[in-house]
Amino acid sequence: MTITITERPNQGGERSAVAVRHLRVTSVLRSEWIKLRSVRSTRWTLAAMAVLTIGIAIIAGATIPGRWATMTPAARLSFDPTKVSLRGLLFSQLVIGVLGILVMSAEYGTGTIRSTLAAVPNRPLVLAAKTVVFAAVAVVVSEVLAFAAFFVGQSLLTSPATHATLGQPGVLRAVAGGGLVVAVLGLFALGLAAIIRHTAGAITAYVGALLVLPIVIQALPTSINQPLGKFLPFNISSAMTRVHATVGPATSFSPWTGFALLCAYAVLALGVGGWLMVRRDA
Amino acid sequence: MIEVEGLTKKYQETVAVDDLSFRIDPGQVTGFLGPNGSGKSTTMRMIMGLDEPDAGTARINGRPYRSLGLPLREVGALLEAKAIHPGRSAFNHLLFLAASNDIPTSRVDEVLALVGLSGVAKKRAGKFSLGMGQRLGIAAALLGDPGVLLFDEPVNGLDPEGILWVRNLLKGLAAEGRTVLVSSHLMSEMALTADQLVVIGRGRLLSTGSVAAFIAESSGQFVRVRSPRADDLAEKLLAHDSRNVHVTREPDGTLSVSGLAADVIGDIAGSNGIHLHELSIQSASLEEAFMEMTRDSVEFSGELPTAFEERLPVTSSGSRE
Repeated sequence: MTITITERPNQGGERSAVAVRHLRVTSVLRSEWIKLRSVRSTRWTLAAMAVLTIGIAIIAGATIPGRWATMTPAARLSFDPTKVSLRGLLFSQLVIGVLGILVMSAEYGTGTIRSTLAAVPNRPLVLAAKTVVFAAVAVVVSEVLAFAAFFVGQSLLTSPATHATLGQPGVLRAVAGGGLVVAVLGLFALGLAAIIRHTAGAITAYVGALLVLPIVIQALPTSINQPLGKFLPFNISSAMTRVHATVGPATSFSPWTGFALLCAYAVLALGVGGWLMVRRDA
Repeated sequence: MIEVEGLTKKYQETVAVDDLSFRIDPGQVTGFLGPNGSGKSTTMRMIMGLDEPDAGTARINGRPYRSLGLPLREVGALLEAKAIHPGRSAFNHLLFLAASNDIPTSRVDEVLALVGLSGVAKKRAGKFSLGMGQRLGIAAALLGDPGVLLFDEPVNGLDPEGILWVRNLLKGLAAEGRTVLVSSHLMSEMALTADQLVVIGRGRLLSTGSVAAFIAESSGQFVRVRSPRADDLAEKLLAHDSRNVHVTREPDGTLSVSGLAADVIGDIAGSNGIHLHELSIQSASLEEAFMEMTRDSVEFSGELPTAFEERLPVTSSGSRE
């Protein structure tokens, strides 16, 4: 902190040293970090993510060796130990979406947004700072959980079940990429909340895009649902965490092409959200 | 200094603020007065750059809000009570605001002490009463030690002690040379707090000037007269000075006379042999003067008792335009 507040700035309308002072990006980032860490919903949602992701890896890892004897040879052959231990990431995708939404919508719901914008009238800067801070937290937490789930899951997949190691082809991509998908979906949710501004509405839209849309598309004829289905976050995420290639390019993009598409969704949502934020009254 | 020029805001068909212009000078408390729904809050939000005006400009120290370098160091505002995340502590609410404008953390403790919330600084704001929420909002406004302050209905939800505290705080801030704009729908509160007034109704400017001038101009006196020969008396009084005397007949048969002193009325009655059953001096309160001024511009008016409605026109002629 280099500036102290001893004099009374700009009192009575005289222009003083204030003219040379400006909002600093690092200060706005720090402000957003204080906001994120000072509400309990952050801790609760991150804790729920940890319990679900690692808990499901434990359950899957602990039950499969016992069931191995009853599995068909085809099922044993297509068994993907990496994907199985990362199943919990699907729930993490839902939970991190809720957190991403709350980061934005709680400001509108409580009226805090007016304090925020009075302090930082540059609205794109506010949204950018929120995005950066949330992205940092989301990436770190998602990656830690993805790797933790993988290692816990593999340690439980004992003989006769097969297990994976990070050195095998595609495994590191599945684990690290699975975590990144979670983080990017959180950013997509934040963008949705900037557009919709209501917690319940944004969560409905997010869950719709994640879980309801696949069901709707599934109901369409194959000629339509295959080319459309590739674009769904669900299928992009599934392609990322899959190590054994069991489906062809007709039904899914390659892992990183899908991921790039997912990033584009997030950028689009945040871009539209930022544009609306500038245009609309707070 | 706050300057508003031709400020206009429309919501679909409704005009919330209509070509509003005024200037708020430093060193005094300016009351921003108007009935509920008259556009006070909308005007303040436009000054703060939160709402975009459809026409006109609002400037603080000569510049639009959005171009201020470190806004919290130039302008402090309490715009609504309890616009605070209920899960965040008072300390953290102020801390994130302070951090954004490079205000040292020590200042957070200072303003918390100033508004008397030090003891509950770490408590979640959701547990605060309305009055505590107001105090936290005031603390946020004072955080950057700004030269310009805006308070939207700051005494709402406060107990008498709190109201007195706010009143003294506002006066103290103005005495330090700051620009203080405080909105209210209560004339009586403004009479005690403000030096200057900006009165609006339905988004339009109705009056500006000093509180003292407003009181002198608005709170007209009149004399109530009861007599068995009221009609005769009214005739004689009007004959005495038809230009300045104004006589209204109330539903209960009494006369309300303005423009003549009570003793002159008594003399006229005496010299004409008219008996008087009552001769009393009445003064319209400041609140009545304010209601009279904004009567045509109240957004949602209820039915006024007839006698009350009838009595209002008696106030001095100056305030009725």
